[in-house]
Amino acid sequence: MKFKLTFWRVIFLVIMALGLYSSFVRYFRGLGAVSNMTDQFPWGLWIGFDCLCGVMLAAGGFCMVGAVYLFNVERLHPVVRPAVLTAFLGYLLFIVGLLFDLGRPWFIWHQMIYMNPHSVMFEVGFCVMTYTTVLFFEFLPNVFERLNWNKGIKVIKKIYPVLIVAGILLSTLHQSSLGSLYLIMPSKLHPFWYTPAMPFFFFGSAVAVGLAMTIFESTQSAKAFGRQLELPVLVTLGGALLVALWVNLLLRMEDFYHRGMLSQVFKPSYEAYFLWLELALTFVIPIGMLSFKKVRLSPPLLYLASISTVLGFITNRLNIALIGFESFVGHHYEPKWTEFSITLMIIAIGFAAFGVAVKYLPIFESEKAHKLEEPEIPVGAGVLSHAGD
Amino acid sequence: MSKAILYDSTLCIGCKQCEGACAQQNKLPYDDNVAAESVQSAHKFTVVLTKEDKYMRRLCMHCEKPACASVCPVGALHKTTAGPVVYDVWKCIGCRYCMVACPFGQPKYEWGSLNPRVQKCIMCPDRVAAGKQTACAEICPTGATKFGERDELIAEAKKRLADNPANYKQRIYGLDEVGGTSVLLIAGVNVEEFGYPASAKLGETPMPEYTGRVMERIPDFIPLWTLVLGGIYWVSHRRDEVAAAEAVEKNGGRQ
Repeated sequence: MKFKLTFWRVIFLVIMALGLYSSFVRYFRGLGAVSNMTDQFPWGLWIGFDCLCGVMLAAGGFCMVGAVYLFNVERLHPVVRPAVLTAFLGYLLFIVGLLFDLGRPWFIWHQMIYMNPHSVMFEVGFCVMTYTTVLFFEFLPNVFERLNWNKGIKVIKKIYPVLIVAGILLSTLHQSSLGSLYLIMPSKLHPFWYTPAMPFFFFGSAVAVGLAMTIFESTQSAKAFGRQLELPVLVTLGGALLVALWVNLLLRMEDFYHRGMLSQVFKPSYEAYFLWLELALTFVIPIGMLSFKKVRLSPPLLYLASISTVLGFITNRLNIALIGFESFVGHHYEPKWTEFSITLMIIAIGFAAFGVAVKYLPIFESEKAHKLEEPEIPVGAGVLSHAGD
Repeated sequence: MSKAILYDSTLCIGCKQCEGACAQQNKLPYDDNVAAESVQSAHKFTVVLTKEDKYMRRLCMHCEKPACASVCPVGALHKTTAGPVVYDVWKCIGCRYCMVACPFGQPKYEWGSLNPRVQKCIMCPDRVAAGKQTACAEICPTGATKFGERDELIAEAKKRLADNPANYKQRIYGLDEVGGTSVLLIAGVNVEEFGYPASAKLGETPMPEYTGRVMERIPDFIPLWTLVLGGIYWVSHRRDEVAAAEAVEKNGGRQ
């Protein structure tokens, strides 16, 4: 097999080269040399993006498993496997990200022996560890099918109900707990974002982003791997996303109102600009778009709405992790290029691993196999005509 | 009872001997350059700040209910019964949550090290355990930094405020802030002028309670949510089974 240098492969190699250089700086010169983090800004881009956003972007896994296996939404079946694969890779890369950010990564295992049950971080770490294990088992059937090892598949099928319930339970816990991390900083985090309701918002945004990411991913992989777009799948997801966004929006506004923030939210200020950007991307644009039936039936427009949602909630989490602390600290934090390059390298590894997995494992093929063994479900026309209701 | 430090800004002459004694106690370098640094760092646990003819010390407040200890995932920080909040470097994984959580911004990091430690005043726990004063209190020539029982120091501070009302702002910083701290400050000016966070912003609720309110629900939430999820699973799959059984019945028992 000959290795061809395509445009994307060149980009990939450049990102990897810069990332490796930055990794060298990180492990041989220290955190101070590789990042712009300081005593005033001890958490930077890596916690803000790699951890807070990374876990949110991997939420599609538990959302789709929940929809298909818990609520029996059969027509979403084709996206379960790619969503579980994304989640599995996402959590593995989250752990890789941690190995860069932790000051003493070689002691990461202390988490398992010196447990502090009062610490939210401990709870998040413990859930992420166990959930990654659950995802591993949810992912295993791909490998077993490829190896034609039926006994293994049977065993996984037997324990599947346990995996499903455990996976959703663990996801509920740690997705919301990422928000609880910030509950202890009422005097530091800007009041736009500090609210006792943070655990609920983090869970709510994880569900919305889980749906949006699945739309994004299906469209993206349809393009990349030359597959047909499953329109009924996208339409279902688009409808669910609209509902999820409305719930998020109402809770958010209720919280602003409850804390007497509404008058300040609309006054121009440094923080307000970032808040407006976030609210526009998370709510105004996607809700505005998805309210039209035409948009919900059009894959390219659904794709745009989902991108806006994802970017919006990324802005939300970066606002909480970075912008929200600037007024307390009294100066700006801008990540060093080496911080960006490590984040980019982790993302690039994720894309590459996804590509390899799709190439060698029955991630997408299973739809056909699935349809053969089970009777066809009457989706098609029925779903389309009801999608707008 | 627990030990504490009382710092009286009106007695301080800004000699910075406490800085030097602290550095020596913690085996940190100290020279004129370090003395000139006006910020705390991984190599400077305490600093004497100057503003015109007023002085103010900054150091770890040793909260009664410390945020740093409650957030540490591996319990590397903890409050001893004697008063000091101490650090166990062996347990630390370097997540820096303590630094983000501390309302006083006290824990500092060895950013340049390849095996970095969190650094802050630990109130000389070895000396305290041996019944001695902290290094800073022992060396202080004017008694501006005083070490003792927290209750006694509070009484002493109240007496000073009452005896010389014109010299002092009538408040003891650390008495009730974030549920009380083991470092108490009295001064002729407001401590906020030297970068201490405002009392009103800190509040009197111990920081760990903000997360405790959520964390304490988790033991109840886990079995409840498991039941709900399991229930949904059972119902939605039961529906399939029933539908399948009914289909068989319709076909007259044939599959």
